[in-house]
Amino acid sequence: MSNAISAVQARVAPGEVTIREDGLRGMIILRGDLASKKLRNICKSVTGVAVPAQGQVDVTGGKGLCWMSPDELLVLVPYAEAAQALDAIDKAFSGEHYLAENVSDARALIHVEGAFAREVMAKLAPVDLHPDSFKPGDFRRTRLAQAAAAFWMRDEDTFEVICFRSVAEYVFGLLAQSAKEGPVGYFTKA
Amino acid sequence: MLILHCPCCGVDADETDLHAGGEAHLKRHGPGSSDEAFEEYLFMRENPKGVHFERWRHAYGCGKWFLAARCTNTLEVFGTYSAQTLEPPQDIKDAISAKRPGWVWREFT
Repeated sequence: MSNAISAVQARVAPGEVTIREDGLRGMIILRGDLASKKLRNICKSVTGVAVPAQGQVDVTGGKGLCWMSPDELLVLVPYAEAAQALDAIDKAFSGEHYLAENVSDARALIHVEGAFAREVMAKLAPVDLHPDSFKPGDFRRTRLAQAAAAFWMRDEDTFEVICFRSVAEYVFGLLAQSAKEGPVGYFTKA
Repeated sequence: MLILHCPCCGVDADETDLHAGGEAHLKRHGPGSSDEAFEEYLFMRENPKGVHFERWRHAYGCGKWFLAARCTNTLEVFGTYSAQTLEPPQDIKDAISAKRPGWVWREFT
């Protein structure tokens, strides 16, 4: 069997704000009724976290759930466990309408870490990223320059960005350039 | 720059996150309808200077369609609402009436 490699092979662009590709991560797209008991139970058992509220995310230790739309979740698990998790989800939904697909190899996950990570992101996305408006735990699907992306904050200085694998090179380059250009100084920390 | 509140995922989305879908509240006329009705459905659109109702899709976000009431003249947004409706909800109509008394758009007032 061929060895799976991530989109930009865990590349790192070091600096005051470091851009780092996470490497391989298991991701499963799950569509269905988010209020359904079957869905809530299986998500909890696969990831250990409860289904997040609208526009929220809950990720701990590489596992978690992202609220993608009113009928869609992104399930995050370690890469090696993705197939197993998908099996468990398929089994759990017997008799109920749902869609689950392993998209681990179709996505890339990039970390943006450092003091002005907020500004690195704000330069690229049409999103209000003021510390009062966007906080750790918030999840947003939008675009970074010309590519679709989704991101959330792990903590005050760290963003995690998910994009399509096919544009990972572009998104990595964007983030690295945005970090290299330095802070704008618009968001002042209290 | 137009900013619309997506009623499906609750974010204030920038125009560049959205895709415009043309006029809202079209009534479909298909096989069996008169030529006039079919023509009206296919081609005849409002082009108002003022209150207008449009379909928008939150293309880069949740991917859902919603409807928006806004003014084409000032770009003022009166409100956004679910696409699963046949006419603008009363609170949207009230919001428009407060700003544009006597407004008329197709059969809605």
